[in-house]
Amino acid sequence: MAIPISYNIRNLKLRKGLTIMTALGIALTVTTAVFLMALLAGLNKAFKSSGDPINVLVMRKGSTAELSGGFDGNLFPTLKTLPGIAKDPQGEPIASAEWVVVVVLPRKDGTGEVNVSVRGLMPAGLTLRPGAKLIEGRWFTPGQREVVVGNSIHNRFSGANVGDTLDFAKGQWKVVGVFDSGGTAYDSEIWGDVNQIATDFDRQGGYGSAYLRATDAIAADALKHRVSDDQRLKLEGTLETEYYEKQTSSGGAIKFIGTFVAIIMAIGSSFAAMNTMYAAVAYRSREIATLRIIGFSRPSILTSFVIEALLLSLLGAIVGIVLILPFNGMSTGIGNSLTFSETVFSLHLTWAVGLAAVGFALIMGLLGGFAPAWHAARQDILTSLRA
Amino acid sequence: MTLTRFVTKSAFRNKRRSILTVLSITFSLLLLTLMMTVWRTFYIDTFSAESAQRLITRHRVSLTESMPSFYRAKIRTIPGVVAVAPNNWFGGIYKDDKPENMFAQFGTDPDEILKIYTDFKIPADQVLAWQRDRAGAIVDVDLAKKYGWKLGDRIVFKGTIYPVDLELTIRGIYAGPEPTNSVYFNQTYVEEAVPFAKGRVGTFSILADSPGSVPKVASAVDDTFRNSPEPTKTESEKAFQLSFINSIGNVKAFILSICFAVLFATLLVSATTMAMSIRERTREVAVLKTLGFTRQSVLKLYIGEAVLVALTGGALGCLLAIGLVSALAHAPGMSFFFSGMKVAPPTLLLSIFVAGMVGFLSAIFPAYHAAKIDIVEGLRHIG
Repeated sequence: MAIPISYNIRNLKLRKGLTIMTALGIALTVTTAVFLMALLAGLNKAFKSSGDPINVLVMRKGSTAELSGGFDGNLFPTLKTLPGIAKDPQGEPIASAEWVVVVVLPRKDGTGEVNVSVRGLMPAGLTLRPGAKLIEGRWFTPGQREVVVGNSIHNRFSGANVGDTLDFAKGQWKVVGVFDSGGTAYDSEIWGDVNQIATDFDRQGGYGSAYLRATDAIAADALKHRVSDDQRLKLEGTLETEYYEKQTSSGGAIKFIGTFVAIIMAIGSSFAAMNTMYAAVAYRSREIATLRIIGFSRPSILTSFVIEALLLSLLGAIVGIVLILPFNGMSTGIGNSLTFSETVFSLHLTWAVGLAAVGFALIMGLLGGFAPAWHAARQDILTSLRA
Repeated sequence: MTLTRFVTKSAFRNKRRSILTVLSITFSLLLLTLMMTVWRTFYIDTFSAESAQRLITRHRVSLTESMPSFYRAKIRTIPGVVAVAPNNWFGGIYKDDKPENMFAQFGTDPDEILKIYTDFKIPADQVLAWQRDRAGAIVDVDLAKKYGWKLGDRIVFKGTIYPVDLELTIRGIYAGPEPTNSVYFNQTYVEEAVPFAKGRVGTFSILADSPGSVPKVASAVDDTFRNSPEPTKTESEKAFQLSFINSIGNVKAFILSICFAVLFATLLVSATTMAMSIRERTREVAVLKTLGFTRQSVLKLYIGEAVLVALTGGALGCLLAIGLVSALAHAPGMSFFFSGMKVAPPTLLLSIFVAGMVGFLSAIFPAYHAAKIDIVEGLRHIG
């Protein structure tokens, strides 16, 4: 027969101080792990949700990033005539040739300078990014030294409000709007007219990349191959989603260090949990012997103590997740090795992260609880009763 | 029985508990030492004496913009500049684009670059062979070991920024003061193959005549090009490298928060154990006091015991950290973060001190509580 769980809960309550301290220790480990997992979840969200599956990104063959591209401007009209590209109401193909450049802006809090991506695009570039919505001001006017800034840029840099001027390349740029693309990588960009940007960065006559909007997902795949297979073009097509997926690798360092830190902390906490559980067993050795005499079997004693350890770690997990709640949504930037600039993302506490944290804590509880529980179940009844 | 022996005996009276506590502290201190080492390497360590004399000049707008190569001759005329050489990031792919196969390739001037990186160790005949072969390259010794490269081997880099694939012959293998994971080749190779690369330079490495003249040279270089269409930004080599570390994110806050979490967790573990252990011995305290131990000496006994346990954990943690850091520093693929990292003696001392403090702080309340008890009450106490 199983020992009721209420027995375990009462025991944990009885030794409040010890329970709270051990649970807090586990909670801190869980908090650290959750923090790192939420960071990675936010990063994945920023990159995975960036990009539209029906947008095809065209770059020079061999280029791995928009920044390292560069192809002859005369190729763009040829690209526009490829079949499978969606047309706007005026019958024009929705295609935008663009430049991405990197500029250095000072942080709002004065902690140094950060690389920021500036994207020059054609008016069609706004049409093929319906996810980017204007939240303040208006879009830039082609032919003017005007820019719109992504929401993260607006929040993190000084001088990035509507009406301000930003100073980069050959002079000043007027900020005329702020857009939001729902936490994607675009939120960390500044957008302006492609010709203005090309002039300022001495890049007339060519483009860094081009975006083509296909009519549907099947057409997008065909379009991608059509671009890559055309021998005249020497260009390569990728789905925009594939391109951004690749960039999640910039979280590699965080992932490695995070896993490493979480594992070491978990080992430390497991030992602490083991200590607490051994104390619990030692404290109750007479009680355990009594339970055995009443007729509870060894397996049920074992199960009962393991459950107690799991309850303890579950408490730790809950406290740990609660501790991290105030940080949910907090945003930070990460350097991207492909774009050489900072992508901003926020701490994203998902259900998956929460569940993983609980699992993580339970493993700690199991590791810490099994040996003491085994010890409890193996105790000699007579010796324990005499103790 | 001396007092020290009494403390040692009672610290390990419950062997299992003491060992578990020691182990728990060991892992926490291991992490703490690791984090402090990373912090020290990034923010406190000064580089070699040679490095302190070097500067890097880049385009004012960002690292991804290039500068005209005639800047080199102008920089050379600035007082305090001993040598200046171009560095062009090639960004080529070796084998495949997996992160573990990513390393730097720089196009440069073989005649001058080694006059700036005076701390690169390379035999003179290899330098000569490199200078004579326009398609030659020198490679970092760790990189050569990783891929099994030998002198005379051919290596091919697929161009990503430039539409050209480099076919280079290894003419020299150099060893830097710390692993650089870089390949240097003659920039003229790229310039001849790619028209748009001609006359453009990514960064300039400058050697100043003394560490003291570095700030002066930096501002002199930037002043020279201030009003040109392409202004520059010049900074010391260390500042330049730090800007890369900062680009990973807010590393400082990251390390600090981990350190605090670890410290607090350790304190909790240690305090829990001490509270358990002291409460168990309430009767023992009463006996000690009956024998004539003062309140103060009881306090000292228990605090000494906790400090001993914590110090044991701390020492073990430090030993593990030393081993782990040296393993990581030599592990392939980890080189970017951990290359050349070593646990410094001051870091070890600090870790040991922290461990001692953890022991002290965790014992002070339960010990104070125990020392205060009334003898008769204590004797009556049932464990």
